Amino acid sequence: MSRANAWSQWPDANGRFGEFGGRYVAETLMPLVLELEQEYARAKEDPAFQAEFDDLLTHYVGRPSPMYFAERLTEHFGGARIYFKRDELNHTGAHKINNCIGQVLLARRMGKTRIIAETGAGQHGVATATICARFGLPCVVFMGETDVERQKPNVFRMRLLGAEIVPVSSGTGTLKDAMNEALRDWVTNVSTTFYVIGTAAGPHPYPMLVRDFQSVIGREAREQILAAEGRLPDALVACIGGGSNAIGLFHPFLEDEGVRMIGVEAGGHGVTTGLHAASLTGGRPGVLHGNRTYLLQDQNGQIIDAHSISAGLDYPGIGPEHAFLHETGRAEYRTCTDAEALEAFQLCARLEGILPALEPAHALARVGEIARELGPDGLIVMNMCGRGDKDVFSIAAHLGVNI
Amino acid sequence: MTAERISAKFEACRSEGRAAFVAYLMAGDPDLDTSFECLKALAASGADIIELGAPFTDPMADGPAIQRAAQRSLAAGGSLAATLDIAARFRLEDKVTPLIVMGYANPVFSMGLTDFAERAAAAGVDGVITVDLPPEEDASLRQALAAHGLAVIRLATPTTTEARMKRVSDGAAGFVYYVSVAGVTGAAVGAEEDIRQGVERARRLSGLPVAVGFGVRTGEQAARFACLADGVVVGSALVEEVRAAVEDGAPKSAVKRITVVAQSLSNAISSARVVRSVT
Repeated sequence: MSRANAWSQWPDANGRFGEFGGRYVAETLMPLVLELEQEYARAKEDPAFQAEFDDLLTHYVGRPSPMYFAERLTEHFGGARIYFKRDELNHTGAHKINNCIGQVLLARRMGKTRIIAETGAGQHGVATATICARFGLPCVVFMGETDVERQKPNVFRMRLLGAEIVPVSSGTGTLKDAMNEALRDWVTNVSTTFYVIGTAAGPHPYPMLVRDFQSVIGREAREQILAAEGRLPDALVACIGGGSNAIGLFHPFLEDEGVRMIGVEAGGHGVTTGLHAASLTGGRPGVLHGNRTYLLQDQNGQIIDAHSISAGLDYPGIGPEHAFLHETGRAEYRTCTDAEALEAFQLCARLEGILPALEPAHALARVGEIARELGPDGLIVMNMCGRGDKDVFSIAAHLGVNI
Repeated sequence: MTAERISAKFEACRSEGRAAFVAYLMAGDPDLDTSFECLKALAASGADIIELGAPFTDPMADGPAIQRAAQRSLAAGGSLAATLDIAARFRLEDKVTPLIVMGYANPVFSMGLTDFAERAAAAGVDGVITVDLPPEEDASLRQALAAHGLAVIRLATPTTTEARMKRVSDGAAGFVYYVSVAGVTGAAVGAEEDIRQGVERARRLSGLPVAVGFGVRTGEQAARFACLADGVVVGSALVEEVRAAVEDGAPKSAVKRITVVAQSLSNAISSARVVRSVT
C-alpha cells in the first residue's frame, strides 16, 4: 500500500473494498441501485450539488462543528491530550444529519417523491424526518418495536416533524428487522421511493456515498487539529455500529500513516457472553442487507441478534469498509461493555459538562486506556458523534433512578 | 448441460399444452418430518416442479407468510443443511420432479460454495435460486454448481428493462423466474398486460421457459398466468395452509390441507388454456 491514494481508491468498480461490499440485492432493486450509482457520480461532478450540500451544512446543520480540548478528562486519565470532534452539536444532535442531507438532495435529483429510512436509536430517523420536513417530502421511518419502546423521545420527535413511524414486529423487532422492512417497502415502491440508509452499509453505492457525505467530519477535524496543535493526531477514536461516524472521521486520514484509527464496538454484556454487537471482534464474514461484511451469525449462517445498551450500535453487521480496514490492519477495533459505557457517560457529564450519547460513550470508555498507552506526548481525537439527551430516560432506568 | 430434469419437465408440459405448476414450500415447516410429507403430497397432487425454501432469519424479499414460515422452520431446527437432507429423502422416492432450492446467500456462503454444490448435487437438487445474488454477484455460485450440472435460476422483474434482461439472460439456466410485481412474495399481483410483456421479453432474450410467481394465490389467478407463461409459481398460498394447520393445533394436518389446495391449483393450471381457448 505504498501508492498514493491506495486507501482512498476503494471501492472498486464492483463496489468492493477488497472482498467486502458488493451489491447483494433482489433483482427488482438492481436497476435502481445502478441508477443511484450513476446519479451519484454525476452529482459529485456537479458544483451546484456540492454547493447546495455545503450551504445546508453551514447554515442548517451548523458546521463546522468545534474541535474541543477536553482538558479535565485529559488530566483525569493522565496521558495523551484528548480532543472531541463535537458532532453532537449539529442540528438534531448527531452526525447522522450530514448523510441525510446528501441523500435527500440525491433523491430530489432523481425525482423521487417519497423517502423511507430505518432507525435504531432514532437519531437517523429524526435526521431524515428533519430534512424531509425541510424539503416537504413525505417520510416513513421503520423502527423495531423494541426500539420504539426504549427510544420514546425520538419517536415523538419524528412524529412532530411529520414523519410516519412504522413499528416493526417481524424478526426480533430491532434495527436489522427495521432494515429488512425498509428493503421490503423499497422493493414494493421502487419507482417513487428513495431509501435513505443511515449508515455506511448496504448495497453499493451506499457505503461509498454515506462515507463521502460523512467525511466532512474528518476533513474539518484534520484542519482543526493542525490549527490547534500544529500536527496530526496519533490516534482517532470512534464508536462503531454500522460505522458511519467512524468512517467519516477516519477516511480523510487514511493516507496519513502515523495516524492510528481505533473503532470501538459495542461489547454488550461482554463478547464472551454472546450478548454483544461486536461483529468484527465476535463475528465472521457473510452477506446481509446488500453487502458482504462481518456479521454475527451461527454455524448455519443464520443471523444472531445483537445486544447493546445503545440502540444505535445494536446491529449484527458493520459497514464493509471497516471490514476491509480490519482485515488489512489499517484500523484497530476494540470493544466496550454496556457497563463501561454507562460509566464513561457519567464521567464525561461530571468532568466536561457534556452528556454524550450512549454510542460515543463507548468510544470514550476506551479513550482513557489509549491516552495512557500513548503517554503525555500523545494526541487523540475522539468523535463525540451524538448527544445524550435521547438516552436520559433509559440511563435513569439502568441506574435504577425513577424520573 | 445443466438442469436436464428441469428442461425435460417444461418440455413435457409444453407437449401436453399446459403450463407447469411450480409449488413452493419452506423446508422444515412446521417441522422436518411433516415438511417432507408435504413435499411428497405436493408431487402427488400435481406439482410439476418443487421449490424448496431454505429458511433464513432475515428474508428481506419475502412477505409475512414466508417470513413466518421461515421462523417456524428455524424454531423446528430448520437450516440449509436440513433443507438438503429433506431434498435427499424426497429424491430417493421421486426421480422425476425437479427440485429447486430457494433461499438467501448467507447460509450458502456459510456452508461454503463447494460444499453446498456437492451436497445439493448428492441430494438430487436440480437448481438454486438465491434471491439476494443478482447476476453481478452470482459468478462463484454458478461456477461451483455448474461443476455438478446444477442451474442457477435467475429472476426477472417489472423493473428489468430490455438491456437489463440481456444481462440477466447471460448465464441463466433452467428457467427464468419472472416476479409478477415489484414487491415481496405474497404481494398483490401485477397488471396482466405488463406481465405478458415481461414474460415475452424474458422468454425472447433468455431462450428459456419462464415461470411467473409472487402474488399468485387463487386458482383463478393461477389460470390467468398459465395462459401467459410456461409455468406458474405458487408459494405463500401453500405456506399459509401450513400456518392454518399449526394454528389449529394440528400441524400434521398440513399434509392434507396442502393436498387439497395443490390439487385445485393443479387443475386450474392444467385446464386454463383449454378454458381460455373455448371462451
